[in-house]
Amino acid sequence: MLPLKDEHVALRLVDVCKTFKREKRRKGRWPWQAPHADETATLVRALDHVSLEVRRHEIFGILGPNGSGKSTLVRVVSTLLLPDSGRVEVFGYDVVREEQAVKRLINRVSVEAAFFKKLSAMENLIFGARLYGLPGAEARRRIVAILERLGLDEEATYQPVEDLSRGMQQKVAIARAFLTQPILLLLDEPTTGLDPRSRREVQAFVRELRDTHDATILLTTHDMQEAEQLCDRVAIIDRGRIVASGTPAALKAQVAPPDGAAPTLEDVFLALTGRPLVEWADEEKEVVA
Amino acid sequence: MSTLIREARASYAFVERNINLIKRYWGWEIVWLSYSVANSLAVTYIGAGMGYISGQTVDTQFLIMYLLIGTLVWHFLSVVFDVVSETVAWERWEGTIEYTLMAPISRFTHLVGTTLFSLIYAFFHTAVILAAVVLFFRLDLSGANLGGAALVLLAGSVSFIGLGIVAAILPLLFPERGAQMTHVVQAVLLLVSGIYYPVEVLPDWLQLVSRLSPATYVLRGMRAAILDGAPLVELRATALPLLVLGVVLVPLGVFVFQQAERFAKRTGRLSRDG
Repeated sequence: MLPLKDEHVALRLVDVCKTFKREKRRKGRWPWQAPHADETATLVRALDHVSLEVRRHEIFGILGPNGSGKSTLVRVVSTLLLPDSGRVEVFGYDVVREEQAVKRLINRVSVEAAFFKKLSAMENLIFGARLYGLPGAEARRRIVAILERLGLDEEATYQPVEDLSRGMQQKVAIARAFLTQPILLLLDEPTTGLDPRSRREVQAFVRELRDTHDATILLTTHDMQEAEQLCDRVAIIDRGRIVASGTPAALKAQVAPPDGAAPTLEDVFLALTGRPLVEWADEEKEVVA
Repeated sequence: MSTLIREARASYAFVERNINLIKRYWGWEIVWLSYSVANSLAVTYIGAGMGYISGQTVDTQFLIMYLLIGTLVWHFLSVVFDVVSETVAWERWEGTIEYTLMAPISRFTHLVGTTLFSLIYAFFHTAVILAAVVLFFRLDLSGANLGGAALVLLAGSVSFIGLGIVAAILPLLFPERGAQMTHVVQAVLLLVSGIYYPVEVLPDWLQLVSRLSPATYVLRGMRAAILDGAPLVELRATALPLLVLGVVLVPLGVFVFQQAERFAKRTGRLSRDG
């Protein structure tokens, strides 16, 4: 086990910015032709001076609509994207300068379960385990135990991943992440697209991970109920900016719905941003230049 | 020591995974191998037909052997290139590239694992083609130094790995057509390395370029070993530039790949949609 530089703060982001450039060209124009005035590249600010701290053993939620910067944030922490500015530390290790150390402490589950679809769950997981230095026999033992805990029967373990349901594939993705026993687990919308039963099973497993293992969990979601039920604290992200953070109860205490009903995180969203969460779901990201 | 074991396990992971993929796509493997054998036979038939084409007496056996060596080396090189670049392209397509790049292994280990499989696969393919063509034309290899030829090919493999790694940056940066772009590198090597003709027939400036291609030395060494039965002592002259090229090309390939990876991470090109 790698010694931790910071025993108490699992994740620290300080003033992190990330901007993407998107080329814009008129239909029918050749790449070598001089651009028109309206064809200049646009800059999409995915993370806008983001600062936050996740304490060890917390389940910390990032709540925001599609395109708000949740996945970019997870990718930056996962060492898959380099921030333009700011600092990101995992247990005190800098994700840019100490990338290898960070990689040994983290793992990630993304919204899409990415696998070699023709290979079986077992073959995919063995591959993942070997990359983290686990011997084959040890990996097999762990895989069987984790998949059993997640409710996947042995027959499914040896079927090609493409033959498994979306829910089963997502369970295999969670098994891949947990197999390497990360102490910071990044869950990027892990329950999106799952049926209610699979969703409940995954949520129960997330809770179990935190309670029975030395795991801190960063969970992104646009499901307010999930955020409320699972997370110790939540940060609300809107167009790359963190607009509020705190416990779900503290956030809800900030708003009072006009009809006098008990406030929800949806109401918090509405109050802080002026628009409901669902309405933004498929909006474009913010264009800043 | 534990670091070495961990890295060795990680390298083996790529070999094992690709073998598993071959098992799943066995039908395609048979098609590909059949195509490769037929293609090599077609090339060697040019040698068999040269007497008819020119109307003069030629040493048909020699020509067949000459072209056979060219087609074997070309096939070997192509397989190494294709496997390395397709593996990266495949990982991009399936979305697993992010998980592979997130793993706590050095890029050297990652690329060595991928290329190690490509070498095993390419050696197997080349051996099958050699056996098929030898049986088809009833070639006499009794005077050939086959062990020496294999050693030359092995020495050249190090350089081919380096070039393959350089070529692998194309699918890393261009998700849709990157794998096909590597054909540019292969085409240049085909032109300058003397695969089917001596480099001496090329213009002077292309002959200069041919000195930078490892395939030039592999072909020279293999032809000396198989056509002339040259002993190992004589093959040292071709093995030396191959080893020098390998020592330069492998670290260069890893360095270039790391730079491409950094660029991809800066611009957000690693995700599945590019």
